[in-house]
Parts: sequence; structure tokens; C-alpha cells
Amino acid sequence: MTRTLQPNRLAGGGLIDRERILPFTFDGRSYQGQAGDTLASALLANGVTLVGRSFKYHRPRGILSAGPEEPNALVELRTGARREPNTRATVAELYDGLTATSQNRWPSLAFDMMSVNGLAGPLFSAGFYYKTFMWPASFWEKVYEPLIRRAAGLGRAAREADPDKYDRSHLFCDVLVVGGGTAGLAAALAASRSGARVVLCEQDFLLGGQSLSCNDEIDGKPARSWVQDATRELEAARRVRILTRTTAFGLFDHGVCGAVERVSDHLEAPAPHAVRQRYWKIVARRIVLAAGAIERPIVFPGNDRPGIMMSSAVRSYIERFAVLPGRRAVVFTANDSGYATAQALKRAGAEVAAVVDSRPKSVQRGAAESVDAPIVHGGAVTATRGRLQLRKIEIVDGDGRKREIDADLLAMGGGWDPAVHLTCHLGGKPQWSDEIGAFVPGRLPAEIAVAGAAGGRFTIAGALGDGQRAGNEAARNCGYAANADTVSTVEAASGPANGAPFWHLGHVAKKCFVDFQNDVTAADISLAACEGYRSVEHLKRYTTLGMATDQGKSSGVNGLALLAEATNRTIAETGTTTYRPPFTPVAIGAIAGYERGKEFRPSRYTPTHDWAAERGAVFVEVGQWYRAQWYPRRGEKDWLESVNREATAVRTAVGICDVSTLGKIEVTGPDSGRLLDLVYANAMSGLKVGRVRYGVMLREDGHVFDDGTVARVAPDRFFLTTTTAHAEAVLRHMEFCHQVLAPSFDVSFIDVTDRWAQLAIAGPKSRELLGKLLGSGFDMSSESVPYLSVSKLTIGDVPARLYRISFSGELGYELGIPADFADALVRRLEELGEPLGLTPYGTEAMTVLRVEKGFAASGELNGQTTARDLGLAELMSTKKDYVGRALIGRPAFIDPDRPILVSFAPVDHAAPLSAGSHFLNIGAPASLENDQGYMTSIVYSPTFGHYIGLGFLKRGRERIGSRVRAYDPVRNRDVEVEVGHACRFDPSGGRARA
Amino acid sequence: MRLTCPYCGSRGNDEFVYLGSADPVRPSHHDAPAEQWTAYVYERTNPAGAHRELWHHSFGCRSWLIVTRDTRTHEVLKTEPARDAAHTSSEVAVP
Repeated sequence: MTRTLQPNRLAGGGLIDRERILPFTFDGRSYQGQAGDTLASALLANGVTLVGRSFKYHRPRGILSAGPEEPNALVELRTGARREPNTRATVAELYDGLTATSQNRWPSLAFDMMSVNGLAGPLFSAGFYYKTFMWPASFWEKVYEPLIRRAAGLGRAAREADPDKYDRSHLFCDVLVVGGGTAGLAAALAASRSGARVVLCEQDFLLGGQSLSCNDEIDGKPARSWVQDATRELEAARRVRILTRTTAFGLFDHGVCGAVERVSDHLEAPAPHAVRQRYWKIVARRIVLAAGAIERPIVFPGNDRPGIMMSSAVRSYIERFAVLPGRRAVVFTANDSGYATAQALKRAGAEVAAVVDSRPKSVQRGAAESVDAPIVHGGAVTATRGRLQLRKIEIVDGDGRKREIDADLLAMGGGWDPAVHLTCHLGGKPQWSDEIGAFVPGRLPAEIAVAGAAGGRFTIAGALGDGQRAGNEAARNCGYAANADTVSTVEAASGPANGAPFWHLGHVAKKCFVDFQNDVTAADISLAACEGYRSVEHLKRYTTLGMATDQGKSSGVNGLALLAEATNRTIAETGTTTYRPPFTPVAIGAIAGYERGKEFRPSRYTPTHDWAAERGAVFVEVGQWYRAQWYPRRGEKDWLESVNREATAVRTAVGICDVSTLGKIEVTGPDSGRLLDLVYANAMSGLKVGRVRYGVMLREDGHVFDDGTVARVAPDRFFLTTTTAHAEAVLRHMEFCHQVLAPSFDVSFIDVTDRWAQLAIAGPKSRELLGKLLGSGFDMSSESVPYLSVSKLTIGDVPARLYRISFSGELGYELGIPADFADALVRRLEELGEPLGLTPYGTEAMTVLRVEKGFAASGELNGQTTARDLGLAELMSTKKDYVGRALIGRPAFIDPDRPILVSFAPVDHAAPLSAGSHFLNIGAPASLENDQGYMTSIVYSPTFGHYIGLGFLKRGRERIGSRVRAYDPVRNRDVEVEVGHACRFDPSGGRARA
Repeated sequence: MRLTCPYCGSRGNDEFVYLGSADPVRPSHHDAPAEQWTAYVYERTNPAGAHRELWHHSFGCRSWLIVTRDTRTHEVLKTEPARDAAHTSSEVAVP
């Protein structure tokens, strides 16, 4: 055997690998542990008992538990970008080179300046923050909060970005078993033998739960051999999946369970291409909760010193980790399980100075006789001593006699609380059971069952029987024939059983901790009760009981019992606070998975993106899309110069812009026209084949929903475009109109947004350019290709569609081509267009052109405007029903005072305008009553040589030619503007029809 | 949460988009009394119990569904295609 310097490591036993020595450091000092250790067991093996300082009083704290409920032993694990604060040493698996640091102490763990807080104890009592830092209010942010944060903090988060990857996966099964202890294994075995697909989740890296730490027998062999056999059988079963290191942290509706698998947390860093953690969404038809139970501390003075540990944790460290956490021990117990701890201590060679049993001699059973140690019946621990480590214990016996005992370990056990947490996630309320002196799960949905200690059956026999029953029943409910064989048997009822609960020692002034992590004492709870906090939810928030990172897993029930007593109620009447997911902390990274940074949402690129990038385009994100915003050229001093050049090129020559981001929907079927009549405010069924019409969709409440163009490409086939932003919503709305409002219509829709590329080619020379592209075989004349028409054609062998529509006010076309050919097409057009001055233009120039024309876009289609507001009243059909028609005539919508769309130009042509400005009459004070409307879009117009804007103005049409103020207190602007017709450029529309 | 699409089977709720109550019936004509239209567009009950609601299987078959869900327990009592639901038989008046 390899010899190591681990003073408290037992010579034999345990489930550790003695051949594999793992060096690690804690607070800069080097130690050695063994494979199979947790950080906590390795620290204890090395005799390190002081591991942290408490949150409020900075009291020295050690390791309390051996599981995920640990409130004290929180450390910062790893360094640099992987530094993880508040990691529970009791579940952190030891690995080669592990680095851990204690938290919440300065300058060192053994000498913490802040422990002076402990002397000022009464100052920090319940509601301290509320009472003390009240006044003056201005002090809160600048003085009080920084002060409190410096004094009372837990660990430090990493300051760099998390370098690791996280995965998200789905898993489907018949039966999900949560918890791989005796009950969970029995359930998984039973379900597996029935043929069901089983997933077994265990938060630990070993299956077995408490049976790894006991000395009992199952099927006539040691429990841990039985666990090994069960594990082997489950591993070999084809339809069983075992997930160890996986915490089921939440239950959700309809058999959905959220779980986090710590794939690489037991390594220094994930292997190449491996993930750190994986978030499992497990969908199960039946769920068996076998989450076990958590041992409850006892509330007595000085119950928080290093060296005071849960009785079950002492057993775990001895039996599972071969670590003896103390040489001279006292066991303080309220039930028989304390005797098992005393036996384990004796076997491991420790001296058991006393077993202090809170029960009078009359209620004890055989357990007591089996321990060769002094037993103090009806006794209690009344005080403890030792600054950084337990040295002495003061006990009182059943007759009231006090004495002191030297001891470096105190094992306490006040009883067991079923881990009911997950049973509450779907609204279940735990019920108090007088029989076992603990809360048991309340009503559960049909698909969920509880087995073993989680249901209050604490014995191994109970767990086996219960697990098997639950596993069989779950499988049967999934349609599998139950397996009649008994999974396993155990000779006699063994294992812990709760006696009458023992909570605390009555009223004592000294610090009796209830919530170790948040430093809440019994006195705090009494004080809160005196001050009138009767509801557990109020008590929790006032005292911060159960609000730390451990969420009161070990402290909660003690707190409830104390409150119940202080308010003269039963615990059942007092009730519990609400347990919500997650059961233990879950890293945000695990929930985000791959969806972080730029992968937070998909990135969509237009079919000509590469071409635009080659031309130096500056891209703007529009929803998921990247669109060319402008194309800077060498020598241009700012974006405005580029945009002016692009817009001017469209007005004087020809420009090209990728508009493929528009939503595109192909509508087919004999009732296509009827359906479009229902969806659009204007009539579409009368549109002739080969023609295009601008269309407006309303919501049923009468506001404008979306706009676009509708082209009829065949009698039973339409092609329509939507705005970029509403592409998905419009299709969904059309499907609603069809399936819900007009299901008899014979019509169907196809989203072709990504199939068709669409290029806008606009400007007086656009016809000439397309003529060169399409050749003499295609007649480009206005007679053949009139304004608002669609032509089917081929470019080479590629089918294409030519729409003569204009969003710029110029002679213009949009050319549709299958997306894969768009790159080749744009390069061909560029070649042909070069002599014509073809200029690529981006979304900025597009906005300049459309604002000059008064065309509405997202600023105007803001969900609060009507077709009438937009000057489109005449578009709305009066001959048919359509979505939104009934409510467009509402008084507020036809109020002559309602702001309507007009344009604005600054009187001082040098003045800039800003969108969001509100309009005021000249001389009127800036007040809500004087508000005349608001600016929605502004551009610098190179055509006019000054800024222009679009906006909604009360009685705007009647005020054309008059002046108002555009008032923008945010940017500190107050500009006199002249009101104009919404369409400032080419109001007759002659240029587009040329 | 899971929904059972009549076409696609049991699916996670992330495949669906929720709209709202399925109970309001669109008046058969735009000239119907304003009260009827107001009720259709704006008035919603908030029952503690069975609630018929519209869901769209956006990341599936793109069907509109009527899901009857107990708002107290989230139990799904029924899922049917909206096009089959009886109350939509009064088709809109499209001249």
C-alpha cells in the first residue's frame, strides 16, 4: 500500500482507491487525498477541520455534512476564469491538482478581522438590515451597501468569461428514477426487469446513497456489495441509462425533469471538445422520486464549531471515505441512528466519550445495549468550547447534572427530513407527519411517485420494498407487465427511524444556530415572532432563514419548529415555505448551453452577403439578419457621405440593394384570392394575373399589422412579401385566418423567404441595366413590363421573377431568383452596370429614399397606427369583410384630432432633426396637454439638402405649410419645422411609372 | 410542459406558440353590433379550471390547435385541431 501523510485516514476500508494519490491545495497549502474522495473527506483525512467563516458573524466553521445540503464548507474552487465560488466541499470530487480557497475571511482563515462582528452580536439580530440602515435614504447606495457587501460576502465569481462549453440534451424514457440509493436502485431494477426504458439519476459519483455508509446487509451480503451487483445489472441492461454526477434539479409539468450532469467537474479542465456540464431535459412517462432524506441538526448553544458534524456524516466519512474525523467523540442524538454512529466510531478506533440521547431511558430500544460507551439518557449538550476547533463539551443529564467532557468531535442528529423538495415543484404542499416527526410529500400528479426515505420510510427494508413497488407500478403504468420477483430482501428492519423530534434546548441567550450559512439563531426567530412575524414566508425574509445558497436544506424544519413554538401553533399549522427549482444551484452556463454570445440566436445572412462584405459593406443587425447598412468608399469622411452618394446614385443613375430579408409567402389553391381578401384590408381577389398590388393587413382591433406587395403569378397562385420583422408572425396569422376563421377554404401557404433571393434594382437607368442582363429577347418596355406588374422569365436556365415595384420612388424593379444563384446574379449585374454607374446601396440609403417618398416602415407601422393615420384610408375596401374592418370606425380612430402622417423640414436648413421628438405649437409650453404628435423617422436628404422627417401630427393634413416645434428634451433640441405632405419627392409618382 | 399535437404526437412546449382563449367567436359580419366585436377582440375570462386556448404548432406541422387545459393543475384535458372545432362552423362572411 502506498503510504501517504494523511493523519486521519483509516488503514483499511472505505470506497477509495488507495493506489491513486491525488495532490491538491487548500488556501495555498499542499495536501494529498485519494481517488474517491470529496474535497471534504480529503481535508478531514488531512486533519483540516476549519474550512470557512460564517456569512454574518465570521465565525469559524467546519464541515457539517457529507452531502449536497452542506451549509458551511463552501470554497472557491479552481482559479482564473474557472474560479467557482460557493462550491460545497462535500460534493466537490477530488482531482489531481485541485485548488481550493476559503471564502469570506480576511486576512486569513484562522485570524479573521471581521469576527469582531460576533462580539457585536445583538446588533446583527433579525431584521438588522431593515432596522439599522434606514436613514438617510441617500446613504444606502453610497455608504451602507458597499459596507455590507465588503463585510458579508460569499465567494468571488471569476472575472473572465467562462472558457468552457455547456451542452443541452433531451432524453426520453418510460420511468425516470431520481436518486440512486437503496430505494432508487430497487425501483430501477424492478422497472428494468419489467422491460421499461429507465433513466436513473444520481447526484453523487457513486450509486448507493446512504447504504455506502452503513453496516447493514441486503440479501445476506454487505449493503455495498448489493449496490455493486445492482449497479452491474443496471449497467448491463440495454434499456437502462444511468446518469451519475447528475442532479435532477426541477420537476416540470407532464413528466419533464430538468437535470444537470457535471460531465467534467471532477477534472481540472474538460478534455478537448468535451463539455463542462450538460443540461438534460428528461421526458418521462412516470417518475419515481427516491431522493432520500437529510439529517436535521440540533439547536443548542455553540452548535456551529468546527468539529461538530452531522451524525450521518461522521458515519459516511468513516465507512465510505475511511476517514476518522475525530479521536474522542461525543454523539448527541434524538434517535437510534446515533448508536450506529457510535458503533462506527468505535470500530474505527475512536474513543466515544458519551452518547447523549435526548430521549428518556424508557423509550430506548435495543440499540443502546450494543454500544460500549457511557450513555446519558434524557440528556443534552448545553455548551461547547474551542476557538477554531472543538475542545470541550458541556452536557446535562436527565437529572439536570452538568459536566464537561473533552472531545474533538461531536456527532449530532436531531432526526431525518425526507427530501421533499422536488415533490413541491408542481405545487405539492408537504404534510406534517406526527408519526415520523417530519414533513412528508403532499399530493402529487399521477405520473409521480415517491419511494424510500424521501417518503418517510427510513429503514433499508422500507426503502427496498418501497422502491420495488414504485418501480413495478411505474412500469405497469407504462404498459409493461410487472415483474413478480422480489428485488431483494433484508433480514430485519434496520437503519434510522425518527423518534419524537428534538429541536432545541428552550430559551438560551447564547448563539444556537438554526441556519448555519446565513447565521440565523434561535433568538432571531424568537425575536421575529415577538415582532409579529407569524407567517413562515415573512419569517424567512425577515430573518433570512433558508435564503442562503443551501436554501435551508438542513435548517428549514428546525426553523419552522421554533416559529411554531414561539407562536403557540403546531408545526402542521405553521406550514413550510415554498420549495422551488433548482434543488441545488445550477450554473447559468448550463442553462444557456450553446446559446451564448453570438450564438444566443441564429445569424441569418442574405444571399449576397459575401459579395457585400467584399465591397466593404458595414452590416447592421436587423432581428436575426445581417444587412448591408452602407458601403463606405475610400476618401469618404463619414457614413453620411457614403449614404448621400448611394441615395443620389439611385435618384440619378441606378442602385442595387438586397431585399431578400423580406418575408415571402407563396399562396396556392382555388380559394387563395378569397383568403387574401380576408387577410388584407384592400381587395386582392380581383387582382389580375401578372399584376402586383400594395397591400395592408390590419389586426382585428383595427391597427395596421403589416404591409407588403401581393403579386398574382397564376389564377390560383399568389406571391406576397411581408416586412422583415413580421415574416413569421404574418404567416402564423394567415394560418390562423385559414384554419380558425375560414377552414373550408381550399388554400395553402409555403414560406419561401429563404428560397427566393430578391434584389431591388432602382433608378432611372434600371431599365437599361435589366435590358442588358435579359437581352433583346425580353421586352423591357413599359407596355410589356408596366408599373406594378410581375413577369416570369429565365436568366440563362434559371427561373426568375421580375416585379416592377418601387420603394424608392424611382423607376425600379425587384428581381427574384432562387437564392443559390443570387451571388452569381449580383456579380453579373455589377459587371453590366459598371458603365451605367451602378451603385450598391444599403439600408440607410433605402431609408433616405423611402422617407423622401413618405412610405411607411417600422417607425410608422408601430402597432399603434391605423391605415387612416398613414394616409391609406382609401385603400381599405368597403365591399368585403376583412380582419380589422369592424373596429376601424371606432370614434377614437376617426377623431379629426388624431395625429396623422405628414412630413417635416427644419426652417433653419442647417438644423438636425431627431426621431422621437414631440410636436408643440410655437410658443406653447412643453406639457402633455400641448402635445401635438411625434416624429417617427428622420433622414438627411441629399435631394433636398437638409434633414427631413416623417411623423404623426394632429390635424396634420390641414396644417401643411404651417410651422410647429420638434421638441426633443432627451437630446436637448427644439427645432422649428415646416409641415409638408408626407410625400415630398415627386408627389405625382411619375418617376416610378416612367 | 408537453402538448400532444393530434398530427405530431407528444411534443415539448418550446415547439408551440400560445395565442389566447379559444372561446371568443368572431362575429359573422363586420356590421354585427359593436358589443359583439368588442367582446370578440377584448373580453377574456380568466377561469380557475378548464380553459380552451389556441396554440400554434409553429415548429412542427403549423397547425392551430385548441388545447383544453386546467389552469389550476396544468393538466391538458384535450387537444384538437382548431379547424375541427365545432364553434368555428359559422364561417366568416366573405362576399
